[in-house]
Amino acid sequence: MLDRNVGMPGTNGHYPSTGFHLVVCVKAVPKPEEVRVNQETRTLDRGSARTEINPSDMHALEMALALRDRYGGRVSLLSMGPPLFVPYLQVGLAMGADGAYLLSDRAFGGADTLATSYTLAKGIERLAQQMGNCDLILCGEESSDGATGQVPAGIAEWLGLPQVTFVTKVSLATSANGDGVRIAGDGMVVAQPDRAIQAEAPSIQVHRELRGGHELLHVPLPALLSVATGANVPRFLDPARWTWAKKAEVTVWDAPAVAADPALIGAPGSATQVAGLEQGGRSERRRHQIHGTSTETARALAALIRGALSIERGQNEREVERR
Amino acid sequence: MVQAEERKGMTTTTRLRSPALAGRSPYPPEEGRGLWVWLEQHDGVLEGVGRELLGKGRMLADALGVPLAAVLLGNRQHLAGLVEEALSLGADEVLLGMDPLLSRYTTEPYTAAMDQLVRAERPAILLLGATYDGRDLAGRLAVRLYTGLTADCTDLSIEPETGLLVGRVAGFGGGIEALIKCPVHRPQMATVRPGVFASPATSHQRPQAAVREIAIQLGAADRRVHVLERVVHEGIDLTRAPAVVVGGGGLRGDFHLIEDLATLIDAEVGATRVAVDQGWAPRERQIGQTGTMVRPRLAIACGVSGASQFTVGIDAAEMVIAINTDAEAPIFDVADYAVVDDLFKVLPPLLAELRQAERGAV
Repeated sequence: MLDRNVGMPGTNGHYPSTGFHLVVCVKAVPKPEEVRVNQETRTLDRGSARTEINPSDMHALEMALALRDRYGGRVSLLSMGPPLFVPYLQVGLAMGADGAYLLSDRAFGGADTLATSYTLAKGIERLAQQMGNCDLILCGEESSDGATGQVPAGIAEWLGLPQVTFVTKVSLATSANGDGVRIAGDGMVVAQPDRAIQAEAPSIQVHRELRGGHELLHVPLPALLSVATGANVPRFLDPARWTWAKKAEVTVWDAPAVAADPALIGAPGSATQVAGLEQGGRSERRRHQIHGTSTETARALAALIRGALSIERGQNEREVERR
Repeated sequence: MVQAEERKGMTTTTRLRSPALAGRSPYPPEEGRGLWVWLEQHDGVLEGVGRELLGKGRMLADALGVPLAAVLLGNRQHLAGLVEEALSLGADEVLLGMDPLLSRYTTEPYTAAMDQLVRAERPAILLLGATYDGRDLAGRLAVRLYTGLTADCTDLSIEPETGLLVGRVAGFGGGIEALIKCPVHRPQMATVRPGVFASPATSHQRPQAAVREIAIQLGAADRRVHVLERVVHEGIDLTRAPAVVVGGGGLRGDFHLIEDLATLIDAEVGATRVAVDQGWAPRERQIGQTGTMVRPRLAIACGVSGASQFTVGIDAAEMVIAINTDAEAPIFDVADYAVVDDLFKVLPPLLAELRQAERGAV
């Protein structure tokens, strides 16, 4: 059953395939506050917007680097996008990642979350083949442009891996001798809790964010985690590493290189379609500007606030607008 | 460091293994029938978003002329106490998927259970709340079913010519919204944030409403992740706040004035994503597409630039006041009243004015 080639050197010769292998999925996105809408054509103008590594993915990368620093192993970056993503992956290398891989093919374009998660899963499969295996895959909780947060769970499903989303902390679980790992608060009684989840495989303990709380989970490896935004403080890139990283090779894989099924990638592999674009901001607002000295402004605002939160509202609004 | 020797017992390789590899969803569009709403529950208590979705689901189902089903997953004990409540929310049918492995939410048993229900009953549409667990489940389930998922919709409608579900999604940047549909794959899945739809004021139990348990089979293989501990305290509910004072990047980390203003006018403090990402405010106070959608009588946006991902969150506010130094900030396009000035100059006299009035009233 064991067909993982543990201990075999990686076929690309970058590094041997022993130790903890962490894969971080990253995406480069335009800074959302710099994207403008062309009001005449009603299209998005990204031309003036600077691009950055998706902020959420930076937390995933930081978590991977911290795990590697603590337990040893390798961190690989994986992204899907045009060749212009290469410099952003090099930034990740300068922060401390050990290798970078870009899935780039026109055929990947126009993908929704279904096709995107498939493509990234194929990339991870290819990485696992090359490196021996992937122990832990980390993604940002969501992208700042798409903001759906559905890709990480999709990747986990394609690969049949356990998943935990909105993770804030990770550590390797205590050894299989079972000291300290207990099932509690799970609503289920397990006669021998330690033995029940005593895995031969290594496992991790994970903190997951909930609304107004958290849960602590026991997860066997390999697994996929999406990291909660704000879970940590991403490190700065290492200037000494940058000298190397800016010229470092980023491996680019097209669809055939990862044996992607053409029917499952890009637009053909997408289940959803954009039926139309509409101008947002449906509710009509008054857009009335309040002028005056600071005292006048304070009085006007106080009147509006009192009015909005009580019944004399209409009158106060009329008064402010008359001024 | 994990040594290779320690991992000898591991028989898994990282290789694609999803049923979705078949590349098609479990039934053709013409066989999909009915609209389902997942009623998320924890320890026998419903999440509020389920009610909101059933209210909207009723309208959509009526527009389509199809039955509306409320779907509950959990253990027998938790669900037994919820059937009456679920029936009272206006569904034509309450469907139950029960198993001890569903006592607590974990991804794989819930995915397997919902997958089995969907394959057995073939709904045309499945709606889920975009809560932590709803998003966790939806993303996984959509791939298992090889179908389309429109996440974080700000509105849902039915396309009259085709009967397809259309989800409205805020695009990034200023003000473009995309309408997304899923023409061929089934079920058509969508998630909606809490607070997007109002909870129906009254709902009536349908005369013919029925409860039905659907058999599911879960095994140990579905349970790889174990909950060791779960701590949830009473969180704040921004969706019910009568007023919110929202701080953005312009606050530069100083929420004191905002908090004072909120206390004075009995409002909740809200924050933009930028402010939350900076650690200036806790995540549960984030307003917008990836936070909470609020519907207060008054929203006061302070130092908020007004990216559309944020402004959709205050779209349902009755009145919006915005204070920002940048006259060109898009927040002013969605404000009823605008003050173009430094909030650190505007707020202190306003607080003084409100305090004075308060004293005067006493």
